[in-house]
Amino acid sequence: MALLSAFQRFLAGIGASVLGLLRATGALSIFAAQGIVHCILPTWYWRETLRQMMRIGYYSLPVVGLTALFTGAVLALQIYIGGSRFNAEGVVASIVAIGIVRELGPVLGGLMVAGRVSAAIAAELGTMRVTEQIDALTTLSTNPFKYLVAPRLIAGVVTLPILVAVADIIGVMGGFLVGVNRLNFNAGTYISNTVNFLEAGDILSGLYKAAVFGFIITLMGCYHGYNSGRGAQGVGAATTNAVVSASVLIFAANYILTELFFTA
Amino acid sequence: MTATVATPKIVMKDVYKSFGSKHVLRGVTLDVMPSESMVIIGGSGTGKSITIKSILGLVRPDKGEVWVDDIRADKVRGGRRDDLLDKFGMLFQGGALFDSLTVWENVAFRLRRKLGKADARDAAIVKLRRVGLGPENADLFPAELSGGMQKRVGLARAIADDPEIIFFDEPTTGLDPIMSDVINDLIREVVTEMGATALTITHDMTSVRRIADKVAMLHDGVIQWTGPVGALETCGDPYVDQFINGRATGPIEALR
Repeated sequence: MALLSAFQRFLAGIGASVLGLLRATGALSIFAAQGIVHCILPTWYWRETLRQMMRIGYYSLPVVGLTALFTGAVLALQIYIGGSRFNAEGVVASIVAIGIVRELGPVLGGLMVAGRVSAAIAAELGTMRVTEQIDALTTLSTNPFKYLVAPRLIAGVVTLPILVAVADIIGVMGGFLVGVNRLNFNAGTYISNTVNFLEAGDILSGLYKAAVFGFIITLMGCYHGYNSGRGAQGVGAATTNAVVSASVLIFAANYILTELFFTA
Repeated sequence: MTATVATPKIVMKDVYKSFGSKHVLRGVTLDVMPSESMVIIGGSGTGKSITIKSILGLVRPDKGEVWVDDIRADKVRGGRRDDLLDKFGMLFQGGALFDSLTVWENVAFRLRRKLGKADARDAAIVKLRRVGLGPENADLFPAELSGGMQKRVGLARAIADDPEIIFFDEPTTGLDPIMSDVINDLIREVVTEMGATALTITHDMTSVRRIADKVAMLHDGVIQWTGPVGALETCGDPYVDQFINGRATGPIEALR
């Protein structure tokens, strides 16, 4: 009898966590759908959207640029080591470019922005929730989704591809600097190898990824901030959850998108 | 007295609201007449905030009806809800000023949709002056103001669009006695001169005596007593008696 009830408790525990997961997934889906609807339907707060573009895109440039620079540099060194084992040092330029543009630019850029931006959004909206500013918006006949969520989502989807395009260029330049100064490649050959083997599809697939990551980053920030618990602890938890879930979802989405582009 | 029978501005009929197993409202019934200043008193955690939030639709009641004029406030959605909310102004307990906007942008938040920048700013400065703040404060951010000044800005924002109904959530909480008195005076003045219907929730008895026409006592999720403020001392209701005299013993159980 005791064994049976212990087993039942065990099953109930599994059931409760599965239900909790389903509930969270449902709540997030509804939140995302509402967010998208408010992005598409009027009215738009353009001033607020521009302000978010500055915060999310422009002010992330230094972080993303530095990340790309060092990643490109490291990539050149590692590929040189790997390539030299079967006398293929010549591939450094093109593999650096393909690696940065297809994969590392969007993913590492996305992760850096996730750390910076989704935390900031979650903390801001969470504080607004806790101090009743979100309720105040409603009483001032302003839909919080339109005023707070939609501008951030739009800003994320628009600015992340631009950021990643810049990161691509800086990353390739990082590889170029190491290749020419450290590995003694001829500058002209390095550039022509980079350009000749890079296809438009490589660049575009990376930019599509960036747009999706931009959506994930801002959505996670908004969702966790908007539904923040009470007090400083609630806001702290919202911030952590936003960064963690945005990062994990970026990796998951990255695999799915790569798979899509791979078969296409 | 005229013979016209006025219809209430706000009607709550048997409103219930629970959060999980916590039953906050258990059948709140309340009428607020036009141009009347109603104050809801009651201890902390008795559902005063939930009561006004359910009128504004920030909280959806589980059961019961909420009417504002001839609109079912607990059911209305979309554009009609915006029209309904246009009637309201609300002063939040912590001010709830938008800290990314300047003082005048806060006050003019609602006006910005109708007016250009310069006109909205001018209108905001008029309202700021009404609550005793000079135009030199207009370009400051809320974080740069003291608590009392933030309350004034919140009040200016609540009255900016000349609402028909104004809600005050604990207007004097966290203020010193003198600043509380100033805010109470301001509330009384603006409500009287605008002819607005006012609903205040507070547990500050000084506030109650200064701003109320009528008082409702909320306890255990129901309105235990309502009546004119003058009858407060002599009503004989044990809940009211214990509350206004601040006694630890009586029908209201105090946790210690």
